[in-house]
Amino acid sequence: MQGAAADTEKHMKKALNHSSGHEKFLRAVRRKKIAVWTIRCGILAVLLILWELCARFEIIDPFVTSSPSRVAATLCELYEGGNLFYHIGITLMETVAGFFAAVIAGYGIAVVLWLNDGARKVFEPYIVVLNALPKIALGPLIIIWMGTGYTAIIFMTVIVSVIVCIMNTLTGFLQVDGTMLTLMRALGANKAQILAKLVIPASLPQLMNTLKVAVGLAWIGSIMGEYIVSRAGLGYLIVYGGQVFKLDLVMTATIILCTLAGGMYALVALAERILTR
Amino acid sequence: MMLEFINTDYAYHTLSGETEAVKGLSFSIVRGQFVSVIGPSGCGKTTILSLAAGLIAPTGGEVKRAEERCGYMLQRDALFPWRTVEANIFLPLEIRGERGGEARARAVELAKKYGLGDFLKKKPGQLSGGMRQRAALIRTLAAGAELLLLDEPFSALDYQTRLEVCDDVQGIIKNERKTALLVTHDISEAIALSDKVIVLSARPAHVVAEHDIPFGDGSPKSRRNSPEFAAMFETLRGELGL
Repeated sequence: MQGAAADTEKHMKKALNHSSGHEKFLRAVRRKKIAVWTIRCGILAVLLILWELCARFEIIDPFVTSSPSRVAATLCELYEGGNLFYHIGITLMETVAGFFAAVIAGYGIAVVLWLNDGARKVFEPYIVVLNALPKIALGPLIIIWMGTGYTAIIFMTVIVSVIVCIMNTLTGFLQVDGTMLTLMRALGANKAQILAKLVIPASLPQLMNTLKVAVGLAWIGSIMGEYIVSRAGLGYLIVYGGQVFKLDLVMTATIILCTLAGGMYALVALAERILTR
Repeated sequence: MMLEFINTDYAYHTLSGETEAVKGLSFSIVRGQFVSVIGPSGCGKTTILSLAAGLIAPTGGEVKRAEERCGYMLQRDALFPWRTVEANIFLPLEIRGERGGEARARAVELAKKYGLGDFLKKKPGQLSGGMRQRAALIRTLAAGAELLLLDEPFSALDYQTRLEVCDDVQGIIKNERKTALLVTHDISEAIALSDKVIVLSARPAHVVAEHDIPFGDGSPKSRRNSPEFAAMFETLRGELGL
């Protein structure tokens, strides 16, 4: 999808001196794009307005469901209390740190497993079991081992995402075209050269997919970590809000989370577009 | 002598047992010769190339090769899509650790000589199938290969491109005075391209017959148009048991 969008853009730039038929085609493509965006934003606006109206006229109970205006008020309150960016910052730091640690560690481990067939065979069942294990089961252990600070939460984020990073990256490595591998061997390349010149560049698209999956998992990890143990952060606000029945706070934190997760995904998608151009 | 198989055996080991791919294979190629090996499918043709390239060692007998580099051309061109044509051609030099500009300059020279000059900065995806195979050949030649091992390099191309690329590749190899060993299942391709055709048996492969192709002026076109072409085709077909 993104690739196609990038393509149309490229063609649009190229098309400055094209025939009128092509001009027409490009206009139609552009019109479609605008229509899609209008409808996307329209749906969001309609949902927000409906939510607000239903709450205002007490069709739904705003104490339980909150409402856009109450969310906005809560946002202002948090901002004025100086807490808004504090909580956002904590969660963002935990997520981003966990994300990078998991991706880098996962990539490194995948490289080692690729280089060493024996190790790959030996560790395969361990990876499968760790992948299937619901990581939240480790919560109590993590608290005891790492305390109740943000290191515990970052650690949670890492263990939630790292296994998938290893498996995805390794799959990408092993899917490299057999003909190209034969070529490299026939040229006398050693394993390090095959890795650097063929396997790593060839698996770049797979790495980008891994990053996209890891973004989602990193958020799961950090918020889950904050549910178990935390004194600050968006997950903390959600749990705290739930406990004291301040559902405005729960909704507000959830909406901020949506925005941040979407933003982080968009950044990865942007990186993909730049790197795989 | 560029390459010589002397009573060579090769056996694969798998969990279900041992498979003899090649048994008592003997043939030789002199410098500058273009030799084709044809045989029924699955007769171990690719194994022969791997043996010739030294990627695998024979389990019996001997494979003698002149002390020169050999290059591989495969069924698909295996150009790396993320590299430009130029960077693809430099790949063998990089692997050998030749950083000097001299080898690179020679490679670029070769590419220009064979009409790739305008494509050097392009990605392989922007080239036609024929041009891609030509780029793959230049990559092999730029590596300084004297013996070219061709593993059905035309089989993935459509018929028209195939005829064109066949002539093209053979012309360049002859022009650069290289030695070539081609494995193929296409009888007419073998006759058109080669100075000598070797017919293999079904597995385990050994030589059934060897034929010099004396007719024509050496170009694939003249061979195809020669009156002896059809007779040779029938002979080979008979020997393959088709």
